[in-house]
Amino acid sequence: MTNAAASASIALTTDVLVIGGGPAGTWAAISAASKGAKVTLVDKGYCGSSGATAPSGTGVWYVEPDQAKREEAKASRYAMGGQLAEHRWMDRVLDRTYENMNKLGNLGYPFPVDENGNPYKRGLQGPEYMRLMRKLVQRAGVKILDHSPVLELLADEHGVGGAAGVNTQTGDTWEIRAGAVVIATGGCAFLSRALGCNVLTGDGYLFAAEAGAEMSGMEFSNAYAICPTFSSVTKTAYYSYASFYYEDGTVVEGAGSKRGRSVIARNLLQGRQVYAKLDQAPEDLKPLLRVAQTNFFLPFDRRGIDPFNDLFPVTLRLEGTVRGTGGIRIVDENCATSAPGLYAAGDAATRELICGGFTGGGSHNAAWAMSSGSFAGEGAAAYALKLGGTAANRSLKGLSSQSLTERRETGAAARTEEYVRAVQDEVKPYDRNLFRTEKGLGESLVRLDDLWRRQREAGASRSAEGVKAREAAAMTATSRWMYHSALARTETRGMHKREDYPAGDAGQHHRLISGGLDQVWVRSDEVAKERVPV
Amino acid sequence: MIEIVSESRCVSCNQCVSVCPTNVFDRGEDGIPVIARQDDCQTCFMCELYCPVDALYVSPDSEGVMGVTEEELERQGLLGGYREKVGWGKGRVPVAKHQFMYQLSRRAGF
Repeated sequence: MTNAAASASIALTTDVLVIGGGPAGTWAAISAASKGAKVTLVDKGYCGSSGATAPSGTGVWYVEPDQAKREEAKASRYAMGGQLAEHRWMDRVLDRTYENMNKLGNLGYPFPVDENGNPYKRGLQGPEYMRLMRKLVQRAGVKILDHSPVLELLADEHGVGGAAGVNTQTGDTWEIRAGAVVIATGGCAFLSRALGCNVLTGDGYLFAAEAGAEMSGMEFSNAYAICPTFSSVTKTAYYSYASFYYEDGTVVEGAGSKRGRSVIARNLLQGRQVYAKLDQAPEDLKPLLRVAQTNFFLPFDRRGIDPFNDLFPVTLRLEGTVRGTGGIRIVDENCATSAPGLYAAGDAATRELICGGFTGGGSHNAAWAMSSGSFAGEGAAAYALKLGGTAANRSLKGLSSQSLTERRETGAAARTEEYVRAVQDEVKPYDRNLFRTEKGLGESLVRLDDLWRRQREAGASRSAEGVKAREAAAMTATSRWMYHSALARTETRGMHKREDYPAGDAGQHHRLISGGLDQVWVRSDEVAKERVPV
Repeated sequence: MIEIVSESRCVSCNQCVSVCPTNVFDRGEDGIPVIARQDDCQTCFMCELYCPVDALYVSPDSEGVMGVTEEELERQGLLGGYREKVGWGKGRVPVAKHQFMYQLSRRAGF
């Protein structure tokens, strides 16, 4: 433990501290403020542009409160998710998403209209959505600190009571004391340059684990998106209109955007480049596709490629837990974690409760972000307000498992880069993470455990450089929960594919809870016993 | 990756310095932002979108620098193209409102 309080150049006190300014964080901030709490939001980048949502368009799991439609919506991904979703959670997320999307319409989000002139609310454009959310957060009286990544949480024997970090533009260190903290830092895409995802390095998982919280479903962490080799734009849905070819123009049999993704991966593994062309798109659909995902076409247009007619090389870019479903374990309806005073929302939290072990991204994740954000914000506000004005007087300690130093050390930046590459070498390869085996996972874990030890010993400075060292440590910690969980699930379920156990096993219809830093542990936990009528 | 900050167009509002999620820019001494940490660019195009005078250009290549020049981009009309398509800027309608959003969702389900 470290003593942060002494030297921070900025010291603030608030009721609720929200870490992360994407959809989940902004909804948490607004919801906490609406309950009368004083709220501060810190973002490691800029609230409004940070994260996976801001740069792209997304569908939203918005379903009218009509029983037949709701049942259909709940059943749609239930089997794909390995039957790990929970009825009660799907109901409350559908309710809250419906409510929040209607709110967005009333607050000025420019929805398109249907034939009858009614707003159509099944999608959101990221730039528009997140610009509006920033405005609403400010209007709610929330204090926003941009470019202010967290380095560690602060706590006393009663639980989490704030966080400490640094402003990466000014170099000022800061400390914020809070009655409750909401982690909304997104998932972990391991700096793979998937669109908007390089700020998503699993930081919140590490902070939560350092506070004693647990993870759930970390085996559901191997999402890969189809993407041109030269581009960051991951929009796999559009590849439902693609055919896949080899360089000589012959078709790659069995390749596809859904189940055929494995075929693409196996070709790439053998060193055979795969090309795509969106030649299955009907002529009259092309202008619609162009308008609906503005940024999908941007890289093509700027390179003079017509993706409907020209072949372009594709790869599978790792999106890790961003479009996986594992994350911090939620222990009650307020999205509390098992660490007192600590709440989790959005991709930082497990999404198994509504998707089980699979999510196509978009729709469900967007619904989860705005719903869990609201639940966590309200829960955190109630917790903090019950504590009363004691936040300022608690004797808090920093929780970082790495030592945090005031001074920067020569060579630290190069060492961090080396750590990042070392983690990426274990989690990016398709024959380790997408197609999993006991041997591959075990070998990776030997190296990752060693890497963790080295990172712990190296520590990090309270500077922009130190933030990168903490991100690298978070990625290593994340990969270890992932692979330990993946080893423990000796079956194939949801997105988790074991080459050595290719079938599902009814005996493993349970959740895998994981945690620990130096010693990683995994245990199973029951799924709530209700069934979705299929 | 971000490649161009057009000095002739830039009005030194430094919005790009603020909105960049990965803190790629520094404020320049002359008021014009400097691309200080190009390697950290995640090619998300947000800076370009927020620039009120279309002074920025993010190359489509997320892995390396393409080496484009401002003159070339001007000639091809590529500066400001993204902001126009998203429908941000005076007198424009946000693409979020576009009829095609509704029509595509009905037809394709996304």
